[in-house]
Formats: sequence, structure tokens, C-alpha cells
Amino acid sequence: MNPKFLIQNLSLQYGDGTESLRDVSMSIPANAITVLFGPAGGGKSSLLRCLNRLNDLTEVQAVTGQVLLDGEDILDPGTDVIALRRKVGMVFARPVVLPLTIRGNLTYGLELAGEKRKSRLDEAAERGLRLSALWEEVKDRLDDPAIALSGGQQQRLCLARVLTNQPEVILLDEPTSGLDPLSTGKVEETLQVLKQDYTIVLVPHSIQQAARTADNAAFFLQGELVEWSPGKEMFTHPKQKRTEDYIEGRFG
Amino acid sequence: MKASLRLNRHLSQHLGFFLLSLVTLATVIPILAVVIYILLKGAPAISWEFLTGFPRDGMRQGGILPAIVGTFYLTLGTAIFSVPLGIAAAIYLAEYSRENTLTRLIRIAIINLAGIPSVVYGLFGLGLFVFFLKFGTSLLAASLTLSIMTLPVIISAAEEALRSVPQSFRTVSISLGGTRWQTIRRIVLPQALPGIITGVILGLERAAGETAPILFTGAAFFLPRLPGSVFDATMALPYHLFVISTQVPEMPIKIQYGTALVLIIFVLGMNIIATVIRSRARAKRQW
Repeated sequence: MNPKFLIQNLSLQYGDGTESLRDVSMSIPANAITVLFGPAGGGKSSLLRCLNRLNDLTEVQAVTGQVLLDGEDILDPGTDVIALRRKVGMVFARPVVLPLTIRGNLTYGLELAGEKRKSRLDEAAERGLRLSALWEEVKDRLDDPAIALSGGQQQRLCLARVLTNQPEVILLDEPTSGLDPLSTGKVEETLQVLKQDYTIVLVPHSIQQAARTADNAAFFLQGELVEWSPGKEMFTHPKQKRTEDYIEGRFG
Repeated sequence: MKASLRLNRHLSQHLGFFLLSLVTLATVIPILAVVIYILLKGAPAISWEFLTGFPRDGMRQGGILPAIVGTFYLTLGTAIFSVPLGIAAAIYLAEYSRENTLTRLIRIAIINLAGIPSVVYGLFGLGLFVFFLKFGTSLLAASLTLSIMTLPVIISAAEEALRSVPQSFRTVSISLGGTRWQTIRRIVLPQALPGIITGVILGLERAAGETAPILFTGAAFFLPRLPGSVFDATMALPYHLFVISTQVPEMPIKIQYGTALVLIIFVLGMNIIATVIRSRARAKRQW
């Protein structure tokens, strides 16, 4: 199968020397959920933020290696990062709704891209809301401030906002860490539907979530990719002792 | 023994509160006293003629319209130059520049500019705008001089307002494919605007009340008409107050206090507007 992302010998160091990646090579297939898991500070988020070049905003000291998206190296300085970020959307751990209306949040990305036709914007927004199972709850108050929504709704709005942008890849960085089990369940269900059309990369907020959702899983420890394999294999027969110890809760 | 210790603590607590409230009062009383005193002394002078008439009889009679209009023009002129420049500088400092020697230098310069005595700005304006650029003693030269004095206030306030907008808004906007400028224009600036406006008003308020910077650059001792162009000199409330308080013999006290009252209302009015904007924005703020 053709990988969506092909990561080759990727190393990364921050200016203050904190979290980093060491010689990571793996591939991320399309139309599947790839889970990056491991203890904090392992480099999962760093890797995630390489995939849409959001690391550009932080003080990165050095990046080496390649990240190919559909065969093109997105770490190349000539990459159109704006286009890249439209193609690779991201949902953050803490739901950050922009200080706009619900509609304003949803159509923000498309409007920035120059879409002015209201019908197109409304269509895309409705599609995003339906996909993230929020449509029924907010369809009558799209012009209310988004901040009025509950925490779970806000996080689904953030997902809907990314979907409205019509990306090909969705990155999720512990998207359910602040949510109750019910909302978490809804998000996970949604991801299972979404993977039919999107490439999904998820940093889960627990090993249980990793095991529940992973088609493919990669275990990170202190900047090192310890192993990666199909999810079923990873969580039943890990190849490495360290992975087994982590999964069974002997450290972490 | 124990009881008396508890009593002592209780007592010292009360004493502390008492002293602190006394100190607080001590700061409020002079301000109130000044305002009330000027209000009482100046109110009898306020009349339609005083506000809309021209000075007569060597400024001992008539109104102060040219000074009121002049101060209004000077404030407006200062705003035209200092607001766009100040906000642009703040956006550069808060949003675009990274912390380096250059930005540290700029910041030090801004802080020091804010500390320069206003009469020095006046001399600088005289040299640069009046003589070198040949604007003459004019509304233009005075406005530019006041602008330079006001800039540090506006830059600092605007930069702080921009920085107080949560970083996460920027990250999210960028992650949705926004450019830096789109993010600033659509998210950061609207959120920072109340803070910026407050800073702008406070800066302009200081400009409106200053005498020294306009003394050599644009203020007229007596001008029986309104300025017709930016190259005309102009009367202004603070300088007029100085003139009628020290330079005109047999000046009726009433007119002096009336002028002071108008100036105070002008400045306090701006202050109140700034406070209202700030508190409204705080109530509406979503973060």
C-alpha cells in the first residue's frame, strides 16, 4: 500500500534541548488510524508537529532527515506551508475555539483561503459538523459565540473546524484529554468513520485509547521510535521488552 | 498571657488595616480636592459665550474658543501621526520580531523616550520641524512634536495588549492555514483593540494637557481667529492657561479657573472614555 507519509531518518532538536527525535523512520498509511504513543517527552507531539510544519513556530535548532507527503519532502524550505497546513489539519489537546461565532470558527480556514461564496462555506460547515456528530446540537445557533459550547462540544467543534477545511490528513494531539468518557467515546467513534476518507494520526491520551483505536501503532521512548507495527500485533505481541513493559504498566 | 497575645494580634491587624486605608485615602484626597476646588472656582465662568466666543480685552473677557478648538486640533493631529505608527511598531515588536539585540535596543529606546522631560521634546521639535523642515511655528510642527512624545506610551500599551492575546489563538489560526498577517488582522488585533484604544487615549490625553512641547513649536500667545491651515500657529488650552495665569496683569481669577476646568474636563473626559472601553471589553472578553 502507498504510504501517505514516509518518514526517513528524522531527527529534531529544540533550541532549549528538551524534547527531540532521534533518527525516526516509519511510514503512515492512508485511510487508517496511526497511533503514536509512549510516555511524556518521548517525541510524539514533536513528530506530529513536523507533519504540518507547526514546529516552525517554535525554536527548533536542527531538523534532519525527510518527511515525504505523497512523495514530496515537506521539510524542504521551498514547501508552501500554508497549502501544507490546509492539507494536514490538526486538533489540539485543549479545545481552543477562536473568539468568533460557531460558524466563524468553522469557516475560518476556507475564508482565509479566499472562499467567499456563502453557499460553499455553509455546505462545508454543515458537512464538518455532521461528520463530527455536532450538527444536531448546534444547527440552530450557528451564529452564537463558540465559547458558549460545553468542553466536549468545543472539542468536536475543533474537529469539525478541521474537517470544514477539507484536509486529507488529520493530526490529533491527545484530543480527548479534557473530555468525559461519553464525549471521548463520541470522538473515537467519529475517528473510526473518518478513517475511510482521511489519513489519521493520533497521539492518544492513554494506552487503552491507543489499543482501542490503532490500526497501526508506534511506540516512542525519549525521542526514539522503539517499534512500530499493526495495532493488533503491538498490543498483543510486542516485539521489544521495553514496549511490553510500558504496555503492561511496569513503567510510564 | 495567651489571651493578651491574641488581643495584640487582633489589634495589630486592625491597626494595619487602618493605616493602609489612611494611606489610600491620602492618595485620593488630593486628586478629589483639586477637581472639586477647580470645579467650584471655575463653574461660574462657564457660559455659552465663554465656550464659543473669542477672547476680548487682552483676554480678560470673552471666551476661549480658539484654545478649545486648538487643543482639539492638536490632539487630532497627534493622533493622525502617532496612532498608525505606534500600532505598527507594536505589531512588529509583539508579533514579528524575535528577541534579539535589535529589539532589545528598540525597547530600551522606547522606555527612555518615555522618560525624557517634555520640554526637551519641545526643543527637539523646534530644531527639527520648525527650523530644519521649515514647517514654522505651526499646528503641524506642534502635532509632530507631540506625536514623538506620545509614541512610546502608545507602543508600550499596544504591545502589551497584543501580547495578552492567548498564544493558542495564533497557533490554531496558523494550523488552519492562516498566514501570520491574516492571523493578526482577523484574530489578534480585534482581541487586542480595546487595550490598544485605551493606551491610545491615555497617550493622547497626556498630549492634550502638555504645554512645553508646543511652547516653541506651535502655540500662539494670542490669536483672534481659528487656525486656517496646518501651517498656522494655534492657541491651546494648557498654554493659554499658563499665559493668562502669569503673563496678563489684572486677569480675572474666574476666567483662569474656568479655563482650567475646561482643560480638566477635556482630559478627564478622555480618561473616562478609556475606562468605559476597557471595562466593557473585559466584561465581553472570552478568555
